[in-house]
Amino acid sequence: MEIFQIVGLGLISTILIVVLKAQKPEMAMQVGIITGIVIFMLLAGKLSAVISLFYDYMSRADIDTSYIATLLKIIGIAYVAEFGAEICKDAGESAIASKIELAGKAIIIVIAVPIFASLLDLIIDLIP
Amino acid sequence: MGVDLIFKIAAIGILVAILHTLLDQSGRKEIALMTSIIGLVVVLAVVAREIFKLFESIKTMFQF
Repeated sequence: MEIFQIVGLGLISTILIVVLKAQKPEMAMQVGIITGIVIFMLLAGKLSAVISLFYDYMSRADIDTSYIATLLKIIGIAYVAEFGAEICKDAGESAIASKIELAGKAIIIVIAVPIFASLLDLIIDLIP
Repeated sequence: MGVDLIFKIAAIGILVAILHTLLDQSGRKEIALMTSIIGLVVVLAVVAREIFKLFESIKTMFQF
């Protein structure tokens, strides 16, 4: 069971961070970053199997794969922005964290514009 | 592969903290500062490489 590994890893690194925070808060932050990366790497293999299954069904159902690619891109951007923002917030820089979140939202809107445009085209075509 | 990295960085942090206190106690304030900064830079180099790896794997996973 992978969950026991991940919970154990999280608990151990939390203890290490609490020990380090009193002496060297900057090192504690780095341990936190590495822990986040390691947990994502443990999950990445399983998630990519799910994503490839998704693609498989999309191609079998004859749905345009550009939509699902955009969706995945949005999920990736949201994850990266969240990762960075949480680290900044943990280090006490909530101003930078909110700027990172704003940038993530803006980039997601820019990426989502083609889907929105195709929806609007469809609606305009339906109007007699 | 990554789990030992957590322990490595925590060990570097504890070592640097101990060195800092020892050098501070013996009156060498500037060397103490130097050790903290060098430790931070070393750890930052490792962390930056790991962040790059994370971004690469996200890029391949979500098909950027």
